[in-house]
This record gives sequence, structure tokens and C-alpha cells, in this order.
Amino acid sequence: MSRAVTEPFIHVRALRKTYRKGDRQFLAISDATFDVAAGELVALVGPSGCGKTTLLKILAGLQGYDSGEARIGSASHPFDPSRDVGMVFQQALLLKWRRILQNVLLPAEILGLPMAESRARARELLAMVGLSGSEDKYPYELSGGMQQRAAIARALIHDPKLILMDEPFGALDALTREKMNLELLNIWKKSGKTIVFVTHGIAEAVFLGTRVVVLTAGPARMADNIKIDLPEPRVLDVKTTEAFGEYSRRIYHLLGLG
Amino acid sequence: MSVESISAAETKRASERLRKYLPGILSHAALIVVWYLFVTYGHIPSFVMPSPVATVATLGGKNYDWIGNALVTASEIFSGYLLAVVVGVILAIAFSWSRTTESAVMPLLVSLNMIPKVALGPLFIVWFSYGIFPNAIIAFSISFFPILLNTARGFREVEPELLELVRSLKSSKWQTFTKIQLPSAFPYIFSGMKIGAILAVAGALVGEFLGSSRGLGYLMLQVQVTLDTAALFMAVILITFIGVVLYGLVIGLERLMIVRDARIQ
Repeated sequence: MSRAVTEPFIHVRALRKTYRKGDRQFLAISDATFDVAAGELVALVGPSGCGKTTLLKILAGLQGYDSGEARIGSASHPFDPSRDVGMVFQQALLLKWRRILQNVLLPAEILGLPMAESRARARELLAMVGLSGSEDKYPYELSGGMQQRAAIARALIHDPKLILMDEPFGALDALTREKMNLELLNIWKKSGKTIVFVTHGIAEAVFLGTRVVVLTAGPARMADNIKIDLPEPRVLDVKTTEAFGEYSRRIYHLLGLG
Repeated sequence: MSVESISAAETKRASERLRKYLPGILSHAALIVVWYLFVTYGHIPSFVMPSPVATVATLGGKNYDWIGNALVTASEIFSGYLLAVVVGVILAIAFSWSRTTESAVMPLLVSLNMIPKVALGPLFIVWFSYGIFPNAIIAFSISFFPILLNTARGFREVEPELLELVRSLKSSKWQTFTKIQLPSAFPYIFSGMKIGAILAVAGALVGEFLGSSRGLGYLMLQVQVTLDTAALFMAVILITFIGVVLYGLVIGLERLMIVRDARIQ
């Protein structure tokens, strides 16, 4: 029984993925090995070309891999690949021709969920991300940060167990980004989802993650898997603590920057 | 809000609209005035340039059958254009569903599009004889390609990550098409339709010049022989009017269907 509880939700072991471009072969990921418990927020950090987006796509079931293991779900947290993934990208990617509420409902429509309930849930989620009153607006009427909040609500509408985020705040200005980080932590706490968060911001990764998986480029490989032991709930003051600086420094070193 | 303040707001909006469009209306009126003054005081012979008054007066002429001829030309333009929209959009959809079809058919269409469509006119007349049909076909052939190209581009330019998003939800091909691809392509379809609308008018007219027994283009050739320049002017005005109506319909439909932000300017 205790084994089932400790069984990881995401289990990645010796994962390897190569691309072929013409005659040449590119290594996108090698040696990726890490486990994620249900309800964790894992940050994948690394430079461009380190394979973090590829890793995310493998977890989303959008891409295959050459060898190793990438398994999601456990006995206590079964995982249905078609219903249990919510995705957020760097661009909000809202449908321009749909109002915000209709945008949030897109996954529910595709999955054929009951519409009346989904609509009520969409309103709740929009309230949670601070977009009450914007339900009937079109995306162009919202700022970049607000659009990204709507995209997060869309990723949650079908109540997936896993949220995959690919540099979701990368296109926002620095202040909005800080604010969105705090809100993401808030949403994560409230929803209890497992989140995999790709970023190349080291401070962002340490601040958000319960765990940071560090990936390096050229050659692409996993450098480390660091458990982040910082006081919860995370507040911005955490960033000025010595422990925070220590974690950041360690990652800088791993990435060859320090 | 009281009734007066609502009507005051309406009056304000109306006056704003007037201020926006007034310069355009004035420039049109100015052109007609300049035209009138030029012809009247410049002693221009009426067979070179008739006055606006003489031009409008031809509408009363019995021999011209303006309505009949305009209807013929309009039906050539509209039917050829409609066919171009339907065929262009359907082909673009087929291309988006099958890359093989696209890579086989597209180069062929590009080559065929190199043919000056006017050069096909005599051939169409041999095949289909005089009448509305061959001229509609010329209008079709000239307006079809930009509609196809723009629509195909619209299908190609869907954000790949948007497709990944719905693919991660295991959406069916039909769902992806109706919820993402088709609405994404709509602004491009309209962009092609606007170009096509202008070309269709030219196509039908060329057809009538080449050989026909009815239509405004046919009428122009008839009155040209007798140096009835006023009727020539009137025919040009009517053809332009038909074009404006078609273009206006397309724009109106675009306004109805496409959210402002998504329109292609």
C-alpha cells in the first residue's frame, strides 16, 4: 500500500530522443531521468536547444522517443492521455474569432464534455485567474498578461491531472511576469495539479519549482535534478534568502555560467 | 439616461460619421463639378467627352436597354465569381487535407494561371458559343486563382502550436478542421475574394468585348461605332457600379463574419 503512495506520477528514465535532418542526426535529449510525484511543480530549465520543449512534447504525447522510458500515471493517480493534459504555450494562442469564455471552452468541446457544466466551470476558472467580467470580450481587447491567464483557464477547463507549460510567461514584461509567477503558485495550490514548467529563467525555476530539472545543450543531456527546499507558501521575499541564492548559483554552475 | 441624452448621443455619433465620410463625398462631387466645368467652358466636342448631364441623359434613351444589358453583365460577373469562390475554397480545402494532392495539382495550376486568360476568350467562344456562359467562364478563370491561393495560404498559416494543443486533446480531423483550420482561414478567404471580385468584373467585360450579343460590353462596341461617347461613359459607370455592389457585398459579409482584429487589411 505504501508503495502505491510513493509511486511517482511521472517516471522518466534514460530517455533519449534524436532528430534526423537530412543526413545528419541531432541529439535532442539524452540521459533524462527524473520522477515527479503527483501535485509537484517541476521546472525544466536550460538554454535554447537543450531539448526541454521536446521533453514537454513527449510528455504531452505529441512526440515519440528513441529509447528509455516516459510513463505518466500511477495506481493512485490514473492518467488518460487524451483528457488529462492541459497545455500552455509562450503565446496565449487564443482563437481570435471566439470570445474569452468560448476560448476557455475549446477543450471541453473537443472532449465532448457536458456544456452547461463546462460553462459554469469556465466562469469559475476565469474568476480564479482574475478575469471575471471579461467573459464576453474578444482576445484583442485583453493585454498580453490577461490573454495568458485566459490560456491558463483553458488548460484547466477539462480538469486535467497534468499541466504542461512551455515558457508561458516568456513573452510578458518583467513585472507582469513576477505577478503571473505568484498567481501560478496560487492556482497550483488551489487546483492541486501536477505542473511541468519549461523556462530558461533560472530564478523563475527556483522560485516556482518544488523540483528543478536542469538540462544542458551541446551535447543535450540532463545535468541535474534538484529538490528545492524553500519555505511554503513561496513569497517574493524568498528570492532574497541565502538558500535561494545557493540553488540559483548551483544551476548557474551546471549551465556553465558561473 | 434620459431620452434626450440618448438622442443627443445619437446625433453626436451621426455627426462624427458625417465628419469621417464628408471629405470622401466632397472629393467625388468635386470630380463631377470639374468634369462639368471642363466640358462646358473648355469647348470640348461631346463625341470626345460628354458632360455629366449628357451622360446621365442617355439613361432615357430607348435603344440602349440599360437594364437588360446591365443584368446580363451582372449575371456573368456574379455567376463566374460565385463559381470561382466555391471551386477555389473547395480546392484549397482539398489541398489542406492532402499534401500529395497539393504537390501534384498546385504546380499545374500555377502553369495554367500563367496563360493570359484573355487569350482563352476566343477559344471559349468556339467551345461554348456566344452568351452568358462563356463570359462567366472567363470571369471565373480570372478570379479563381487568387481566391485559391489566398485560401490555401490561410490553411497553411495556422499556428502549429494551436494544432498541437488540440492534438494533445486527441481531437478528430473534423474537429480540428471546423474549430481551428477553417475559421483561421476565413480572413484569408475574404482577402482572396476581394481581389477576385475586381478581377471577375474585368473578366466578364473582356468576354463581352471578344464576342457577345448582349451585355454592357457588347453595348459599348455598338455605340462606339456611332461615336455615342455619352453612352460609353454611362456604360463604364454602370459596370463600375456593378463592381462596387459586388465588392460591397463581400466587405459586408466580411464585417459580419470576421472579428475586427482577425481581418486582413
